[in-house]
Amino acid sequence: MAATQLKCRECATEYPLEARYVCSRCFGPLEVAYEHEQVSDVSSLRRRIQGGPQNIWRYHDFLPLEGPQPQTRTGLPAGCTPLVRADRLAERLGLGEVWVKNDAANPTHSFKDRVVSVAATRARELGFDTLACASTGNLANSVAAHGAALGMDSYVLIPSDLEEQKQLATAIYGTNLVKVRGNYDDVNRLCTELSGDRENWAFVNINMRPYYAEGSKTVAFEIAEQLGWELPDRCVVPIASGSLFTKIAKGFAEWIDIGLIAGEIPTMNGSQALGCSPVATAFEQEKDVCRPVKPDTIAKSLAIGNPADGPYALDLARCTGGSIDSVSDQEIRDGIRLLAETTGIFTETAGGVTTAVLAKLAERGDIGSDERVVLVITGDGLKTLDAVRDSFRAYEVDASIESFEAAFAEQGVNV
Amino acid sequence: MSITVKIPTQLRDAAGGAAQVTADGATVGEALESVFAEHAELRDRLYQDGDLRRFVNVYLSGEDIRFLDGLQTAVPAGGELTILPAVAGG
Repeated sequence: MAATQLKCRECATEYPLEARYVCSRCFGPLEVAYEHEQVSDVSSLRRRIQGGPQNIWRYHDFLPLEGPQPQTRTGLPAGCTPLVRADRLAERLGLGEVWVKNDAANPTHSFKDRVVSVAATRARELGFDTLACASTGNLANSVAAHGAALGMDSYVLIPSDLEEQKQLATAIYGTNLVKVRGNYDDVNRLCTELSGDRENWAFVNINMRPYYAEGSKTVAFEIAEQLGWELPDRCVVPIASGSLFTKIAKGFAEWIDIGLIAGEIPTMNGSQALGCSPVATAFEQEKDVCRPVKPDTIAKSLAIGNPADGPYALDLARCTGGSIDSVSDQEIRDGIRLLAETTGIFTETAGGVTTAVLAKLAERGDIGSDERVVLVITGDGLKTLDAVRDSFRAYEVDASIESFEAAFAEQGVNV
Repeated sequence: MSITVKIPTQLRDAAGGAAQVTADGATVGEALESVFAEHAELRDRLYQDGDLRRFVNVYLSGEDIRFLDGLQTAVPAGGELTILPAVAGG
């Protein structure tokens, strides 16, 4: 593999590619480092990628895995989700060119299948037989499903107040579902402690985190490939821990560096819910670290009050000329509705956050009329039904034409 | 009564291999100082420019000390401090 070692982002200390996530010298995060060769024949590499499987394993060369390309028809292959041109959304917002990367179209209906596929595959390479995670919901679905597909035991720890849909869509896979009385940050603290004691467990977002995080680069790879090997001008992405946000940029950067695509990293706009906006607040206050908060928002999948990659998300937004904005719960509901009405895509609350931030940027005049913008939608609306309950009207009628017509006439609607 | 300080796996080599040590002091900062008196190497691993490094989290009985008074947070006798890496989850 092209991955050579784990490297501390803070002090550059290097470690072998094992189950390790934090620098023992300075506690900084470890990240996978690669030695990629410059591409001498760009079109040949592009053809090879295009001839690969219809899932993230087509980007195997850019992921931190040792073995040959994983069996592409076993397990739970993720990725190759649609990139849809959203002209009606663009028109509604007065923008030129908007694309929606619909990552709800993954096996467990969120982008988390990408990161879990990479973490679980690496976990097996390293000899683990048990998967575990701390989750705000989407990761729970994905870890439980991957455990089932790969025949690995799994332990999934979630905040006890998580949406019922996300609990059901986790437990069904036969995992050990653990509901922790507390918020996500409490769950995460417990898992961080547990991971020190359970050395035979692969906690996908703790001791496997460097590998897990790399899976998010595949969102960028797909966007570039689907745009005909071109870069977008701007990406609007949700921020919980900040890992997806920063790794999308890393994906673009790696392909620019080796010469597979040409241009600059897009302007990166991060999106948070007002009720959990430690990164947006730090951005606004021009700080380079985030002060943790106690989350209170309907966007539970983004409810991380103590975001691990917050400092790096801040750096990225600033150095690409982007921003990190937050939106209220009502704006989130409106965002879900706006996306659904203009694209036919029903997203969960996190996608409502992202869509609402796009609307905010458009309103503020931050986006040029000639810009090509990609909106990253990370999860499915069926996961957070409560957010839209009672937000629309239905007609209830008897099975007769008279009753049908009367129902509409009552509302003064001509049909 | 003394304070218990739980040491994460990554730091145990600098604490003689111990998973937890005892400390004394009225505040989180004082308690950590008393640990450093025994295990000098821990200071550099946890502190930079006189404050906690940005990727070090400290909890008093499960609560992040940044929600309390940081290093000035008062620690009751018999209290439990937990040191953990910040970079996890998400």
